[in-house]
Amino acid sequence: MIRFIVRRLLQMVGVVVILSLLVFAWLKALPGGTVSALLGERATPERRAALEKALGLDQPIYVQYWEFVKRAVRGEFGASTGVQPGTDAFDVFLTRFPATIELAVCALVLAIVLGIPLGYLAARRRASLFDNTSIVFSLIGIAVPVFFLAFLLKYWFAVKLQWLPVSGRQDPGIDATRVTGFFVLDGLLTREFDASWDALKHLILPSLALATIPFAVIFRITRASVLEVLDEDYVRTAESKGLTNRIIRGRHVLRNALLPVVTTIGLQTGGLLVGAVLTERVFSWGGLGDALAIAFQRRDYAVLQVCILMAAVTYVVINLLVDIAYAVIDPRVRTR
Amino acid sequence: MTDTLSTSQQHRNDDTPLLSVRDLRVTFHRSGEEPFVAVDGVSFDLRPGDTLGIVGESGSGKSVTSLAIMGLLPKRGVRVEGEVLYNGTNLLTLSPDQMRDRRGAELGMIFQDPLSSLNPVVPIGVQVTEVLERHRGMSRKAATPLAREMLDRVGIPDPDRRLKDYPHQLSGGMRQRALIAMALAAAPRVLIADEPTTALDVTIQAQILAVLKDLVEDTGTAMIMITHDLGVVAGLVDRVNVMYAGRVVEAAERHPLFADPRHPYTWGLLQSIPRLDGARGERLNPIPGSVSDNLPWTSACAFAPRCSQPIEVCTQRTPELVEDHGRSLRCFNPIQHGRPSPDADTTRGTSEVTR
Repeated sequence: MIRFIVRRLLQMVGVVVILSLLVFAWLKALPGGTVSALLGERATPERRAALEKALGLDQPIYVQYWEFVKRAVRGEFGASTGVQPGTDAFDVFLTRFPATIELAVCALVLAIVLGIPLGYLAARRRASLFDNTSIVFSLIGIAVPVFFLAFLLKYWFAVKLQWLPVSGRQDPGIDATRVTGFFVLDGLLTREFDASWDALKHLILPSLALATIPFAVIFRITRASVLEVLDEDYVRTAESKGLTNRIIRGRHVLRNALLPVVTTIGLQTGGLLVGAVLTERVFSWGGLGDALAIAFQRRDYAVLQVCILMAAVTYVVINLLVDIAYAVIDPRVRTR
Repeated sequence: MTDTLSTSQQHRNDDTPLLSVRDLRVTFHRSGEEPFVAVDGVSFDLRPGDTLGIVGESGSGKSVTSLAIMGLLPKRGVRVEGEVLYNGTNLLTLSPDQMRDRRGAELGMIFQDPLSSLNPVVPIGVQVTEVLERHRGMSRKAATPLAREMLDRVGIPDPDRRLKDYPHQLSGGMRQRALIAMALAAAPRVLIADEPTTALDVTIQAQILAVLKDLVEDTGTAMIMITHDLGVVAGLVDRVNVMYAGRVVEAAERHPLFADPRHPYTWGLLQSIPRLDGARGERLNPIPGSVSDNLPWTSACAFAPRCSQPIEVCTQRTPELVEDHGRSLRCFNPIQHGRPSPDADTTRGTSEVTR
C-alpha cells in the first residue's frame, strides 16, 4: 500500500512539472509577450529592454523556465495587477482559497450523500415511477447551466421567499473571529455558533447550485453500476448463503458498485472548479472563482498563474486521494 | 442444537425424504413473447445422505430446477408452481425472510464459475465467516477458527494465510474449494452443486469431485449434483435424473442407468463421452441437432427430432413417465439391452445424423 502511494506521488510530480511547462509556455505566448503585457504597447524600446533585463527575459529559455520554477516553488508570482492591485498574488490566492474549498467540499458532499443512495434506490426499483422521475431530474440537473440554476435558486429562495441570504459568505453584521478561513469551521472552533450557523445558511444555495451536475453524474453512474453488480454471480452466491439484506447490500452490492463511482467523483472535482467560477460570480462568494473571473477580465497574469497552477495541484491531489480510496476498496488495485 | 438434530434424525424413518420436489413447474414470462416453460412437472425425492445427479444439456432446465429449490429465481416474470417440501415444509410458500433463514443454513449451493461467484473485494475468510455470523449468531472473531477449519477440510493449504487472501489471489481449483467451504460452513443438510467442475481443468475436476464426495460422506449432507457430463456423476451419485427440455426423461440408480440406458437421449449422452479404450481414430458420436430443435411436450416427445430411433407415435402423443423396477422412463421406443431397437425407423435416424 505504501509503495502504491509513493508510486502515485511520483506520478503526481510528473503531472505538476508538465503543467508548469504549459503555464510557462502560455506566459511566453501572451500577445506581444510579457513586457507588452506589463508596459503596454506604446512603451519605449529602452524601457522594454530594461524590463526585459530586470525580468531575466534576455536569458536562454531554459534558464527562464528554471527561474520561473524556483519562484513558483517559493510562491513568488509577483503582485496582483487587477484583482487586488498591489497585493502579492500568492496572498490573494491564500485568502480566497478557503472560501472556494468550503463551497466545493460542501457541494461535493451534497452530491455524494444524495447521489449514491438515490442511485442505489433507483437501481433497486428499476423502471418504477421513482426510477423514471429520478432519471428525468438528473437529466435536467446536467442540462441546466449552473449559473442559470444559481440565478433561479437565488431569485426563489433568497429574493422571493427570503428564507436564505442573497449573497456573500457571512452577514456583515456578524463580527466573527477568523482562524482557518473556513467560516463554518471557524465558528465551531471559537464557539461562535451563530456565526457558524449564519455561514452555513450562506452556503446552502451556492452549494446546491454547484452540486447539481456532480449529483446528477454520481446518481447515474451509481444507478448503472448497481444494476450491473446486481446481476453478478457473487451477489447470487451471497443470496444463496442466506445473508441479511443489509450485508448483501453493503458488503456485496454497494462495495463493488462504488468502484466506478469513486472514479467519477475524482473526475467531477475538475468540473467543480469550473462551476465554482460561475456560482461564485452569482453569489458574490469572494473565492477563487471570483478572482479568476476578474483576473481574466483585467489580465491579472500573476493571479492567473497562481490560480491555474494551484488548481492543477489541487486536482492532482484529489485524484491521488481518489486513487487511494480506490485501492482501499479494491484489493486488485493494491497488489497490481 | 446438534443434539436435537441428531435425535430427530434418529426418530425419523430413514425412508422419509429430506427434500421432496413435487411436480415442479417454472414458467418464464417475457413481455411480447410466449411464456416459456423451463421446468415442466419435475418430481424427485432426496433422503438424508442421498446423492442425486441431474443430467442434461444446456437449456434442459436443470439449473432452473436448482435455483427454484433455493428460491433464487427472480421474482418478476417467473412463475414457480408445484411443491418443494423440505422436512415437510413447502419452501415455495415461505416468505422471503423465512427462506433466507434456510438458505445457507439448511440448503447450501455451489456454482459453476468459481471466480465470478466470489466477491472480488472481500477476503475469503470474511466470505466464509459471514455464513456463520448469520446462521450461528457468532461474532467474526469466534467464527474465524471455524472458517479456518473449513478451508482446511476442503483441502486449501495454509488456511491461515488464505483467510486474508482475496479471490484473485487463488487458483481456480482453490476458489471452487473456497466456495464449497462457504456453502458447507453452516452444515446444511442439502447441498446443491450446479456444474461445480465445468470451469475447471480436468485434473482439478477430479480433485474437487473427490473433496465433495468425502465431505458429503463425512457430514451426511444430501447432495444434488447438476451437470451436463455423465462422466462427472459416474463415480459420485446414487441416482441419476436425466432431463430433456424441462422434463425428466429417465431416472434410475446409477449402475442400471450406466449399464443399461433405456432412453435414446441417455444412450446418446453415454455414447458421446470420449473413451480411452476406444479404437484409434474412432469418431465421437454426438447427439445430432440441438435443444432448439425440440417439439412441444404437449403434443409429442420433445426429443423425437434428434432421436436415433423415433417411431410414428413419438411425434403424435406425449410419452408419460412410467416407473418400472425403480427406473422411470419417458419413451415409446426405448433402447433394448444397450442396442437401438430393431423396430426403429432407422432411415429417419440416419438422415438426422448425416444432415
